[in-house]
Amino acid sequence: MRVIVPLQAVVQGRGGLVLGSLIPCALFYFLQFYLRRNRPSSPPPPHSSASGSNLPELASIHRSLSRSLLSPRGSYGPARLSSRGTAVARDDDNPYYVGLKRCADDPYNRSTNPQGFLLLGLAENRLSLDIIQDWLVKNWKESVLLDDEEGELSIQGLATYQPYDGSMDLKTAVAEFMGQVMQGSVSFNPSHVVLTAGATPAVETLSFCLADPGDAFLVPSPYYPGWDRDIKWRAGVELIPVPCRSTDNFSISIAALELAYNQVKKRGMKVRAVLVSNPSNPVGSLIDRETLCGLLDFVMEKNIHLISDEIFAGSTYGSDKFVSVAEVLDAESFDKSRVHIIYGLSKDLSVPGFRVGVIYSYNENVLAAASKLARFSSISAPTQRLLISMLSDRKFIAKYLTVNRARLHDMHALFVDGLKQLGIKCASSSGGFYCWADMSMFIRPYSEKGELKLWDNLLNVAKVNVTPGSSCHCIEPGWFRCCFTTLTEKDVPTVLERIQKITKSN
Amino acid sequence: MRVIVPLQAVVQGRGGLVLGSLIPCALFYFFQLYIRRDRPSSSASNLPDLAAMPRSLSRGLLSPRGASGPARLSSRGASVARDDDNPDYVGLKRCAEDPYHHSSNPHGLMQLGLAENWLSLDMIRDWLVSNVKEPLLLDEEGELSIHGLATYQPYDGLMDLKMAVAEFMGQVMQGSVSFHPSQIVLTAGATPAVETLSFCLADPGNAFLVPSPYYPGWDRDIKWRTGIELITVPCRSTDNFSISIAALELAYNQAKKRGVKVCAVLVSNPSNPVGNLIDRETLYDLLDFVMEKNIHLISDEVFAGSTYGNDRFVSVAEVLDSENFDRRRVHIIYGLSKDLCVPGFRVGVIYSYNENVLAAASKLARFSSISTPTQCLLISILSNTKFITEYLKVNKERLRDMHALFVDGLKQLGIKCARSGGGFYCWADMSKFIQSYNEKGELKLWDKLLNEAKINMTPGSSCHCIEPGWFRCCFTTLTKQDIPIVMERIHRITESN
Repeated sequence: MRVIVPLQAVVQGRGGLVLGSLIPCALFYFLQFYLRRNRPSSPPPPHSSASGSNLPELASIHRSLSRSLLSPRGSYGPARLSSRGTAVARDDDNPYYVGLKRCADDPYNRSTNPQGFLLLGLAENRLSLDIIQDWLVKNWKESVLLDDEEGELSIQGLATYQPYDGSMDLKTAVAEFMGQVMQGSVSFNPSHVVLTAGATPAVETLSFCLADPGDAFLVPSPYYPGWDRDIKWRAGVELIPVPCRSTDNFSISIAALELAYNQVKKRGMKVRAVLVSNPSNPVGSLIDRETLCGLLDFVMEKNIHLISDEIFAGSTYGSDKFVSVAEVLDAESFDKSRVHIIYGLSKDLSVPGFRVGVIYSYNENVLAAASKLARFSSISAPTQRLLISMLSDRKFIAKYLTVNRARLHDMHALFVDGLKQLGIKCASSSGGFYCWADMSMFIRPYSEKGELKLWDNLLNVAKVNVTPGSSCHCIEPGWFRCCFTTLTEKDVPTVLERIQKITKSN
Repeated sequence: MRVIVPLQAVVQGRGGLVLGSLIPCALFYFFQLYIRRDRPSSSASNLPDLAAMPRSLSRGLLSPRGASGPARLSSRGASVARDDDNPDYVGLKRCAEDPYHHSSNPHGLMQLGLAENWLSLDMIRDWLVSNVKEPLLLDEEGELSIHGLATYQPYDGLMDLKMAVAEFMGQVMQGSVSFHPSQIVLTAGATPAVETLSFCLADPGNAFLVPSPYYPGWDRDIKWRTGIELITVPCRSTDNFSISIAALELAYNQAKKRGVKVCAVLVSNPSNPVGNLIDRETLYDLLDFVMEKNIHLISDEVFAGSTYGNDRFVSVAEVLDSENFDRRRVHIIYGLSKDLCVPGFRVGVIYSYNENVLAAASKLARFSSISTPTQCLLISILSNTKFITEYLKVNKERLRDMHALFVDGLKQLGIKCARSGGGFYCWADMSKFIQSYNEKGELKLWDKLLNEAKINMTPGSSCHCIEPGWFRCCFTTLTKQDIPIVMERIHRITESN
């Protein structure tokens, strides 16, 4: 209008009136064409009217295999995917996934494939699989097949539809397991549990419940690379990294969160939640009580939610005690309805293949929505039965947790020492499956490009897959995430030797 | 502008210039304020001081909590949480609370609204008890391969299971077509299969054309999170609710006029709720239609193995095989919940000829992966081709008998059913028993049946049927002894109407 009105002032009278109305309309009309040029257009009119008049006759012609000769096929355009479908199909370049794929094709095996890829990029805990195996061999038949008093198979509870968000028995067993994992410092209520087929759909479902497309979560970085897919792909929620510094061991800073919150607000986006992992993936540090209180204050002040991914809660090995946000909520009078915990059995119970995730929320509206959305990611009934049995065997669980922790502790110490001898220091960590290793002295230049060069060397030359810090959105280049739980003691020297090959040459 | 320019013409000169610029700007400014009035503003500035004070349990006294507002859900989360009123779900819930049992709860609610097949569960049970002695997934030395069981597996299912499922699908279609394992994506049930496929084919605001009446679950599976609209294309009882291409054409053009982009046609075959099979001719027409409009075709064939009529089931895959249609626009939804009677196992299939769809869907499968122990169990069951053949045969016979019994029983009450060849339902015409021939009358009858006769049927309005009075009754959760009881209860209501 600021263009048109002066024009109008120049061109007086009725002619001006007409021009002043017509010119913007014409511009707008052509603008629409320009904007719409990318949309697939329907077949041009002459073509369709010609075929339109032919088709009724064709339909009445007796169908035969020679139909293909009568009307040309494939002339109407390719069968296109949605734009989001195409984006998902194409999404392949992240080093995190490239590395995983290469390892899957040629995995290391000490006896059969000693030159294969060493996988330090996938958080699987193989240290205590033998304990799980022994239990399964002894107990699985009874736990899956026999469940009522006469020792008969109750097929109704096994084959037929079950509640989408998990049977109450399993919820009870999982709530108890979570209590055991947190070493009795807090107890969990089964009615606040929604079970999903893995923590991946748990995070996605919770995101759907808390945020609308275009909203944002504040995420202290470095963070778990999987969230970029789990939360952005379908839920359409943006993740705003809030960088943490190596100078204070990558701890969460409320001031940085405040800054990020205000920046996002200026951009006109709505922040819906703060998303943290505790123990942290990839750093492995624990969030202390003070910081948890700070976080709770922050989310209360901003009227947003707090999502705490505590999936490694039972895999701690340091001297610090793990404090769940649930424990802090119990002790102080915070507003519980804005706190949600993500959990699962993939890490602490070493069974990622079983696909068991947990949304634990104090907010009944979230529980109502999430339990309905659980229809898209329900846990298989036989697995539910198996797990009810396993988790109810409290003696086994207590023994498993103790032994697993000890093995994690030992392997972690071994790995960190080994890296130290190569001159690589790790961030101080007390939980999880990773060492967060500082290899910045071996990268040239000191940037993401240099880091990716080193990652590439490690992957293709040394055949060791580690996750580069840039995949985790770490702003300081040169940090690498190395998972030590897929190794045995004998493998560690091999790994270190291969890494040394690369670091020596740099 | 059509308002401003004349104004401008009236108020000449520099004053007019200023006014002509200022007035619209002022209006726009106040308009923005009006629109943004609902957003919560940041809270008072006194909170930073509180953060510096040492923490103690008496903190509760220092700062009032709950003063910044309730912890809100997203708008989509809130609408999902609230979505409870559909009769379909009200009925299911009531039945779950007070289920009929012939000895322990003879006055309970009889569930004719949930498609579970209990007719052949005993066969599944027997197989499990006698065959699954050893732990799952033994390797060459006969040891439990815990690595294959407990560790991360491909999100879209083990290749062994894909092969077993592809073979099972071939058996179900009675050998008329063979399925390729590499075109399969496995999901935790057909429900996430439909949702995932929808994400791949359409963007928010796009639409699917769906011949109605259709499966009520799609309103949730497809609309909730994907934001895709379902456009109903009504079918008529006069031609047994068959799909009409002319009606599809009309609906397509209407959608186009509204500016809505149609991405696919979604059909179920055998149809839920009617139970009829789509004949070969109509399948050809559908394929022609989607080709002409450059859209996709989704065929939900989850009941393909549960046929009992005289007509042979023809899958869209069979038609594609025989003629050279563009396969990349055809996708099949399948699952083991109906044909293998194991809905609790949560096994669904997206079968697509389009490699881009497979690429996207296999990545999205991370959100709905099947548990590995279950996969191993199923590989075991499905590999036993002899058992599967026997099972499919016996199951079909039992379905046929129960269907005949139920339809006869209804006929004696004066209730006619649509002609059906597969599935678990009778599509019953109870229009003569509703007082006002509209949706309200139908829901009144449904309410009476649920609360007085204590029978849960799905009213046609939940299935988007435009003719009032049709009810969907599932007969596969009944035994022969239950049928007289069902009929008697229905009779009580129909008598009084």
